[in-house]
Amino acid sequence: MDIALEQVGYTYAAGTPFQKKALFDVNVRIPSGSYSAIIGHTGSGKSTLLQHLNGLLKPTTGIVRIGDTQVTKETKGKQLKPIRRKVGIVFQFPEHQLFEETVLKDVMFGPLNFGVKEEEAKARALRWIERLGLPEGTAEKSPFDLSGGQMRRVAIAGVLAMEPDVLVLDEPTAGLDPAGRKEIMDLFYELHEQRDMTTILVTHSMEDAARYADHMIVMHDGTDVLQGPPEEVFADAERLARWRLGVPRTVSFQRLYEEGAGLPKGPPALTEEQLAAYLAADFAKGGGAS
Amino acid sequence: MMEKMVFGRYIPGDSFVHRLDPRSKLIFVFIFIAAVFLANNTVSYALLLAFTLFSILASKVRIGFLIGGLKPVMFLIAFTFLLHIFFTKEGDLLFQLGFLKIYEEGLRQGIYISIRFLVLVLMTSLLTLTTSPISITDGLEVLLNPLKKVKFPVHELALMMSISLRFIPTLMDETDKILKAQLARGSDISSGTMKERIQAVVPLLVPLFVSAFKRAEDLAVAMEVRGYRGGEGRTRYRQLKWDWRDTTALLILLAVIVALWFLRG
Amino acid sequence: MERILSLQDVRFTYTPDDPDGRYAVDGVSFDMQAGEWIAVVGHNGSGKSTLARLMIGLLFPQEGTVGLFGDPLTEDNLWEKRSQMGMVFQNPDNQFVGATVQDDVAFALENNGIPFEEMTLRVQGALKQVKMDSFLDHEPQHLSGGQKQRVAIAGALALRPRLLILDEATSMLDPQGREEVIRVILDLRERTGLSVISITHDLEEALLADRVVVMNGGRKFAEGTPQEVFLKGEALTALGLDLPFAMRLSSLLGEQGIHTEPGTMTERKLVEQLWTLRSNR
Repeated sequence: MDIALEQVGYTYAAGTPFQKKALFDVNVRIPSGSYSAIIGHTGSGKSTLLQHLNGLLKPTTGIVRIGDTQVTKETKGKQLKPIRRKVGIVFQFPEHQLFEETVLKDVMFGPLNFGVKEEEAKARALRWIERLGLPEGTAEKSPFDLSGGQMRRVAIAGVLAMEPDVLVLDEPTAGLDPAGRKEIMDLFYELHEQRDMTTILVTHSMEDAARYADHMIVMHDGTDVLQGPPEEVFADAERLARWRLGVPRTVSFQRLYEEGAGLPKGPPALTEEQLAAYLAADFAKGGGAS
Repeated sequence: MMEKMVFGRYIPGDSFVHRLDPRSKLIFVFIFIAAVFLANNTVSYALLLAFTLFSILASKVRIGFLIGGLKPVMFLIAFTFLLHIFFTKEGDLLFQLGFLKIYEEGLRQGIYISIRFLVLVLMTSLLTLTTSPISITDGLEVLLNPLKKVKFPVHELALMMSISLRFIPTLMDETDKILKAQLARGSDISSGTMKERIQAVVPLLVPLFVSAFKRAEDLAVAMEVRGYRGGEGRTRYRQLKWDWRDTTALLILLAVIVALWFLRG
Repeated sequence: MERILSLQDVRFTYTPDDPDGRYAVDGVSFDMQAGEWIAVVGHNGSGKSTLARLMIGLLFPQEGTVGLFGDPLTEDNLWEKRSQMGMVFQNPDNQFVGATVQDDVAFALENNGIPFEEMTLRVQGALKQVKMDSFLDHEPQHLSGGQKQRVAIAGALALRPRLLILDEATSMLDPQGREEVIRVILDLRERTGLSVISITHDLEEALLADRVVVMNGGRKFAEGTPQEVFLKGEALTALGLDLPFAMRLSSLLGEQGIHTEPGTMTERKLVEQLWTLRSNR
């Protein structure tokens, strides 16, 4: 399911002395089946943009196309619900949305709201609870008796059980320890690969964007300033710095190495494995010449 | 809607009124409220109205903004006005249309009550518009200090108030976030039967309570670690300063009261 | 050297009545000298935050002793000891007590009965140290997470503490916020020689410390200089911790047949070795 924003603008509290322009002239296309990363400094409009992806906010100007549905200023609230079934959002600190007596009920909440039958909702919930690597018997526990990391997984299961076509992730690993972080990010990547799920990651981590995304959208001061594959976005560190963004550590290390070794700038190494391979290739060429 | 509300809103500024000590403003408003009931004839009511206008001018709050924001109250004033007009049957008959009869005394009482209502609302609004909630709290704490003698927990109350004020924006933000997260999970608060709507609030309220309790717990720990053990032996960082402005304001009020006393019938 | 903190065989459980109950902290001992910076690392649930709470008397151990500034910590000297310590917690919102930045910094001073004139000086000074002195009247909802944490640090500094404990103070911040806070702490340590205990799961942060204590399952798993500790390599990864970038890269390079010196922890040192290796080919 393609998502496209055409000349989208959004103003908070429009028509009052407190109005604030959060987005203007945003033109973004997220192809079906892609893994897109949205990056931008705090206050760049990332989170306002994210809320347009499933109709939590309606644009004050312009059009948001989600599959065959259009959302504009005029769209009625009722028409938004079908969109929300297709686009699931894992918000930052999603464990704050848990409320049911048991984990099972909480995970079933989304599917039931979207008209999935009780039986099916339960089967889905149990499947996703297991898929998220939660220990046996978790389904019957109260979500509030779990550890922070487990609560996070339950909340994620609650979104995945809706089985959306598009999954939007807003800093899904904030506050987790390194092992937990990697497990969750790898899981999302697997889902993306296996189910061809369109995935949109909003993140501060350039490393995650470089490692997982195939498409990137850079936001700055309320509008999109650059879109393209990570190789292209991370090739020019100075340009990113102007938007108060950095490059992944692999790239900064690579540039440092190239500079000291008197090499021209190569294509950016997006993962540590790529960086190691790049360095090995340079060594194999018998770099001693310089 | 909410943006235009005047009640409880603070608009920073540096007018004469803004710079008054919260204590003098609180005392001023309390005495003024009592003084309003002295007025009982046209001259004294006119004086009240004039004095209120003068106070608004001294605060540099835009009159248009005040009136615009007081629309809901205006309705109430109009309602009391009509009540008096139609139900007071004293004095000369001024006007008659079918069964509607308006008497002179009714009109007079209607106008008086409306003015009384209006100046009360304007003056109290002026207090909150020109004084930050935290200053009001400070002022109240100092003014209520004598009550400590009868074991009234003045300090605790003031601290509670200031912490609540501090967390209102945080919790509003939180409510918005949770609401959006549940909407994204297909929760629907704006449609359905009454019962369904009430049920739809549970997914919002439970997380909100959980988070508020968690915050309260964290805050209590943070306060303890920073050496908080009640009001005993504490010093105050927020100092209130009483200067010539405060004395002047209260003297002017005194003059107005004296004038009211002589002008009333 | 003066001993700031000394833990001896400290054991603590949240369920003392349960004979099979797990000990959240299970026989931990270590000492800290004045001016040291110690990082306590471990994954979530390793007992590191419980340890922090034991150090400032929010919890008392069932066994063993916690010594602060030369005396064992007791219910009687608790408040006096606390007045010499500062602690910054994880959630920037939930520790901001005051209505504005300056009120919040003054909070601990008010509690300790510092006179008004002295307070204004200290509030100003503390905010200058964390570079927040131009935000005196800002309300918390208009500050970023990193700024709030810097205010929290200023609130601790205003008391002129001998020991500052950071309990995962950077874990909820974005990269910019984290960098701001770390820069402030580095700067403080350089200029004032403040003793710092930083509880963290960020090993890059731990790299900056003089000494690292690794916690696992309530026990001390390892202790030593960052160099010594990180040489354990895979044993740490197995605990759910992440090695510093330079070490991960070194090990990947090893697989490619490029061998750098073991225990190279900073990117600068690694790149220098690579340059040398390259030109010697």
